Amino acid sequence: MSVMEGRTTSALLYLDGVHVSFDGFHAINNLSLTLEPGEMRAIIGPNGAGKTTMMDIITGKTKPDEGTVLFDGMTDLTRLDETQIAELGIGRKFQKPTVFESQTIEDNLLLALNVDHSVKGTLFWRGNRNESERIDRVLETIRLTDARNRLAGSLSHGQKQWLEIGMLLAQDPKLLLVDEPVAGMTDVETHQTAELLKKINKEKTVMVVEHDMTFVRQLGVKVTCLHEGTVLAEGTIDQVSSNERVIEVYLGR
Amino acid sequence: MTPHVLTRSLDRSASIFILVVAGLGLLIPLSNLLLPAGSMLQVPTYLVALFGKYACYAILALSIDLIWGYCGILSLGHGAFFALGGYAMGMYLMRQIGSRGVYGNPILPDFMVFLNYPELPWYWHGFDMFWFAALMVILVPGLLAFCFGWLAFRSRVTGVYLSIITQAMTYALLLAFFRNDFGFGGNNGLTDFKDILGFNVQADGTRAALFALSCLALILAFLICRAVVTSKLGKVLIAIRDAESRTRFLGYRVESYKLFVFTLSACMAGVAGALYVPQVGIINPSEFAPGNSIEAVIWVAVGGRGTLVGAALGAVVVNYAKTYFTSGPLAPYWLFMLGALFILVTLLLPKGIVGTFSAWRESRKATEKANAESAAREDGVGEPNPAE
Ligand SMILES: Nc1ncnc2c1ncn2[C@@H]1O[C@H](COP(=O)(O)OP(=O)(O)OP(=O)(O)O)[C@@H](O)[C@H]1O
Ligand SMILES: [Mg+2]
Repeated sequence: MSVMEGRTTSALLYLDGVHVSFDGFHAINNLSLTLEPGEMRAIIGPNGAGKTTMMDIITGKTKPDEGTVLFDGMTDLTRLDETQIAELGIGRKFQKPTVFESQTIEDNLLLALNVDHSVKGTLFWRGNRNESERIDRVLETIRLTDARNRLAGSLSHGQKQWLEIGMLLAQDPKLLLVDEPVAGMTDVETHQTAELLKKINKEKTVMVVEHDMTFVRQLGVKVTCLHEGTVLAEGTIDQVSSNERVIEVYLGR
Repeated sequence: MTPHVLTRSLDRSASIFILVVAGLGLLIPLSNLLLPAGSMLQVPTYLVALFGKYACYAILALSIDLIWGYCGILSLGHGAFFALGGYAMGMYLMRQIGSRGVYGNPILPDFMVFLNYPELPWYWHGFDMFWFAALMVILVPGLLAFCFGWLAFRSRVTGVYLSIITQAMTYALLLAFFRNDFGFGGNNGLTDFKDILGFNVQADGTRAALFALSCLALILAFLICRAVVTSKLGKVLIAIRDAESRTRFLGYRVESYKLFVFTLSACMAGVAGALYVPQVGIINPSEFAPGNSIEAVIWVAVGGRGTLVGAALGAVVVNYAKTYFTSGPLAPYWLFMLGALFILVTLLLPKGIVGTFSAWRESRKATEKANAESAAREDGVGEPNPAE
């Protein structure tokens, strides 16, 4: 693991001058963004703005061509792979809900727990009370206690979103990257999800990508608008939504 | 809290499977040895050897199901590990011939004398000892699988690319083993075996014992597979099969998991090959033929991928059909039939025999439950306040 000498920034997540291009197409252009410990940040922006790609960079799925990506002010994330980054304490919910469909909800959470992930550890794993209590707690939080023995594939789209958030909780990371959590949810579910994320944010740093402006407003946190792979505007929801450029490229569509 | 490994891995169908294999493993040899020849219930020796072959194929099928059915690794080169195990056993059997060969050389096997080998190649040393050969049966396929898997999984070769390079691997070995100067008997392979552990390989008693041992090995392989797939590691394997990158983002080192099952599976295939060779009496390079590995995958698909029992059953069913058809007038068309079988199973029974059967049973259970519930409702049971 590459640890730089001393902390260079107080931010939990620090991106500076990041560039990524896919076959000559510049998906991320000179992107700079910082997230303070304990902060929750909402990311908005039109389709193709590079929001998901930014999460790919942070979690090691995509390597940037240029730029700095630091976690906790010390760790250079560009040199680590997905597994190492997950072990560091960065969890991610995918845009398209990705759960283990052929396994039960309980097993999905069991797999997500941040316990020994080695081959030997899982081969000789014996459950313990602490683990099953943690799973019970998560099940309650995501309101799937009664469905615990059902296959994850049988859940509705909205429930899968919740299960995936539950998996993030079981993973217990320091930083949660949540990509479009309320897509396909009813208004009530959307409202509940916002409350859940606010609750999670009491202990953890969260970055949420979402198109649903009512939801973003309900979160009531600092907003960053991305466009063509770079930051277009940053500030409170009112500041950002009254920004002319933001209205032009995103809100006023 | 969590049940013990044994209770966890032995559900009903697993117990039935073990009982059936154990029963056959005992009854067939006993009937062969104790009943008078020609009696209705006496299993003739040629059938004992044939069934022994099926048992070895079933072990190979289990090893493929472990990686393909549970971890999504489609190896089209597993025949190579089977053949390597077979060659290791064949080398032991060759050295047991001693001076009874055609050329009477006490050290060199016949083909080496014929090809003017001055002395035994270094890699043939030790194979006169059974324990050493038995070790190599597991070690050689395991080591090859480990090196191959280490390179392939670390560079994230998956899907059809992986399948293609496994085919290339077995094809490369086929070519190598065909060469006379490779030191394994070239084209003719290893044959004319005399004894194994001092027993005549042709004797009825030895054949019966080899069959019983193959059944025992099948049971052990099955137990190992069950223990693996019912552990938490088994859940991780399925997770990798269904959503590999999700598994990485949870902090699992996917390549280590793949490497573990791939190597374990290759060791099992090696054992299957080692039991196979003394029963068929020969091992030659054709065992490396890419077609063999593909056939083995078809057994698993027919029986039911990801069910273990199905894999073993598929191996027996397809090979029985093969024996039946290739000994009749339809022999030239066997490969077409096999291809047609594969296409039919893929289209009509994508879950294979066992998978389809258990899905059918589950759905029947569900309907019964629903019926019982609606019947109960009609009776007014469970409705506390009908007036409401
Ligand atoms: N692996 C890839 N190869 C090629 N192009 C890619 C790749 N990943 C992303 N892109 C492109 O980069 C751009 C940014 O995509 P990204 O998915 O990050 O957008 P987004 O902001 O998440 O959009 P959405 O709101 O639709 O989810 C898009 O034009 C996309 O087509
Ligand atoms: Mg996106």
